[in-house]
Amino acid sequence: MIQLSQVTKSYNGAKAVDGINLTIQKGDILGFLGPNGAGKTTTMRMLTCYMPPTSGTISVDGFDVSEQSVEVRKKIGYLPEMAPVYPDMNVVDYLQYVSALREIPIEKKSSRIKEIIGQCGLEKVLSKDIGQLSKGYRQRVGLAQAMIHNPDILIFDEPTAGLDPNQIVEIRTLIKELGRERTVILSTHILSEVQATCSRIVIINQGKIVADDSPEGLQADVAGRTVLLATLKGATSDAMSKTRSLSGVENVREFHSERGTIGLRIEIGQGKDIREDFFRLAVRESWVIFGMNQEIHSLEDVFHKLTMG
Amino acid sequence: MHNIICIFKREFRSYFDSPIAYIVLTFFLLIAGYFFSTNLFLMNQANLRTLFGVVPLLFVFFIPAISMRLIAEEKKSGTIELLFTYPIKDTEIILGKYLAALVLIGVMLLFTTVYAFSVSALGDMDAGQAFAGYIGLLLLGAAYLAMGIFASSLTENQIVAFIAALAISFFFFILDKILFFVPASLASILEYLSIEYHFQNIARGVIDTRNLIYYGSVIFIGLMLASHMLSRRKGD
Repeated sequence: MIQLSQVTKSYNGAKAVDGINLTIQKGDILGFLGPNGAGKTTTMRMLTCYMPPTSGTISVDGFDVSEQSVEVRKKIGYLPEMAPVYPDMNVVDYLQYVSALREIPIEKKSSRIKEIIGQCGLEKVLSKDIGQLSKGYRQRVGLAQAMIHNPDILIFDEPTAGLDPNQIVEIRTLIKELGRERTVILSTHILSEVQATCSRIVIINQGKIVADDSPEGLQADVAGRTVLLATLKGATSDAMSKTRSLSGVENVREFHSERGTIGLRIEIGQGKDIREDFFRLAVRESWVIFGMNQEIHSLEDVFHKLTMG
Repeated sequence: MHNIICIFKREFRSYFDSPIAYIVLTFFLLIAGYFFSTNLFLMNQANLRTLFGVVPLLFVFFIPAISMRLIAEEKKSGTIELLFTYPIKDTEIILGKYLAALVLIGVMLLFTTVYAFSVSALGDMDAGQAFAGYIGLLLLGAAYLAMGIFASSLTENQIVAFIAALAISFFFFILDKILFFVPASLASILEYLSIEYHFQNIARGVIDTRNLIYYGSVIFIGLMLASHMLSRRKGD
């Protein structure tokens, strides 16, 4: 379990992280979301003992990051942004170097390296210099490096930045797999990423936590209302008022649609679903439904609303 | 100790994985060999004085070339961020890197023992004095190297690290060459601070604690400052 209480970090007087309180349970896959410069990397660097907080305390399984830094470091695997791994070393040498620093016993070393190579899909590039690898493979080497000592906690700073769409999917799948029995904290500013991988989202802006919920919860919370877009044929001009009389409907407006059809933009109250009722109404009135589409406010909207004030 | 060895191994290998070690070794031996051999026959004495005369100046240029990458390179590539999050202390990082470069300097000096063996074949050489000279050179190199690793910790630009190391080393090198221009009261202080003065004492065949303390302090201060620079990431 990771606990941050009243954590503040300032650089030359400017607060990068400002009084953060956060508890992360074992097994969470936590997405750290925020615009650039919000304090994500700073928070991660404090968690990984790169630097101590200016004030406040961070404890990892009861060990304090400032006082018992070595204990904390042993529990954490970290992949910084852009996966900084030595370009002049080949993959096997590098993994051996890391496993030595991570104090993996010599008798277990080669089997552990073999295992991690399989897990991260590095078989094809073992003897290549890391500098020659593609961005995706370099990221995998970075992941291997972070997991070699089988840590309970994995921290990834923008793990998919700069990858192509296929590589992004691969890395996400890998992270999800890894997260099954570990605590994972990852930062990103790509929203679909947290939706795809995380069980919990923390949004941070200007050094402060502005939201902390599950992806679904966040959407529902900020979205407020859902919108149903329907295109009808054979509806008369009273379609609007008839729709408005359905329970749960807050407002109905007409929108431009194909010739001979009527487009209705139906705003629905929080937590309601009127699709079934609307269908029955259409059947009763013998309207033909050409199209019906429910719009949920996306995480993008949530993010925008929370971080742009 | 285990951590220092890990860092040491990687650093030492990376000198030979890149062209640096080969370039530095080749040019150092070429230049040292040139000055040594041309003057040797001129002086017609079976000793290593010409070698010991030129190496302190060569070190001013060559050791910054060895030390410049030690920390600056990792800062630039970002790899140092990972190192800072492994269960290892900043001082262990510095020591491992320092020792790797020191061993490279040792290798460089080892190659020059060819000169010593050729001189001893030509005439009756004082082996004890030559040995003391080599100890002196190693200490001298170690002191320059401590200045160099400090310079490398100041910046993420290797060229800047090289020039800073060169400037600091040259300052300590020149101190006993300008005694002529300073008042007598200052002269003895400057002489004690100068890096080559102590070397020439040792090269005469006397290893005095005064000289050892000097080199020990320079090395210690250089490494402390370098380690302090690493801890500056921790902010205020």
